[in-house]
Amino acid sequence: MWGSMFRWLDPYAKPETLYHLCGRLLPYLMALAVFTLVLGNIWGLAFSPADYQQGDSYRIIYIHVPSAIWSMGAYSSMAIAAFIGLVWQIRVAQWAVLAIAPVGAIYTAIALITGAAWGKPMWGTWWVWDARLTSELVLLFLYLGVIALAGAFSEAARGIKVASLLAIVGVVNLPIIHFSVEWWNTLHQGATITKFAKPSIDSSMLWPLLISLSGFALLLAALTCLRLRSQILIFEQHRPWVRQLVESKNGEQN
Amino acid sequence: MAFTSWADFWAMGGYALFVWLSFGTTYVLLLGLWWYSKQQHKSIQQQIRAKAAREQRVRQHQEKEK
Repeated sequence: MWGSMFRWLDPYAKPETLYHLCGRLLPYLMALAVFTLVLGNIWGLAFSPADYQQGDSYRIIYIHVPSAIWSMGAYSSMAIAAFIGLVWQIRVAQWAVLAIAPVGAIYTAIALITGAAWGKPMWGTWWVWDARLTSELVLLFLYLGVIALAGAFSEAARGIKVASLLAIVGVVNLPIIHFSVEWWNTLHQGATITKFAKPSIDSSMLWPLLISLSGFALLLAALTCLRLRSQILIFEQHRPWVRQLVESKNGEQN
Repeated sequence: MAFTSWADFWAMGGYALFVWLSFGTTYVLLLGLWWYSKQQHKSIQQQIRAKAAREQRVRQHQEKEK
């Protein structure tokens, strides 16, 4: 059943097809990402009202929440790719792990830094070792671990396998991050939008937040496309199609 | 519009340091990653091209030797 269900995906597992598909999608994804990011952030920074308790400091939410949510979204995608790469030996899935990891690491770093810059004026401290903050820091170390492991073997294929294994094992950290604000006493507030109920935020603030959220998602997709193309070239560099492509383009884009 | 003037906007109700620190770092990191990935893609292509050219030269040389 599974075999026939995903048969339509087969051509995209071919590196050359995927390389060109990513190349076609990239400019649209990037343009959309920039547009939504700028729209969402400027709306949030200048047009949405100040918070009645936190004043203008709350505007950090428009990057903090999207980067934090997609730091976990990127990790899930990376772990799924790692699983597919390990179990079915799909090589493009293995390379996707390498493509996503640095993007996820940067998103996690942004979530941590903006969280610190928000915590200082609101909690009186840049950092506390509480459950939410610590588990998000562990996420950063997981990303760095995946990147380091992938490059730590003289045989690249083995490095990817070990890194994929770490990526899959690290998934246990995702529910810990999400539920940390419920399971433990923490300075961090509970979920505002990622819960099965009406979001506890006014629509004048929710709209720019949702737009910023989609902006970070689109940027994640665009950067993954760009980086996956690089990985495909690295691992396929001895194939004739890469040689032809590189020589015909002669230093120009693509 | 939540602010009455540009000065008001930049002041962020007294939270300028924290708000602009957050947005500044975010965009520096994102632009940095984008630029780095773009450069990496370009340099990979250059490396492959250089390697192909080298193999071509070696092959030509070997044919001349024969």
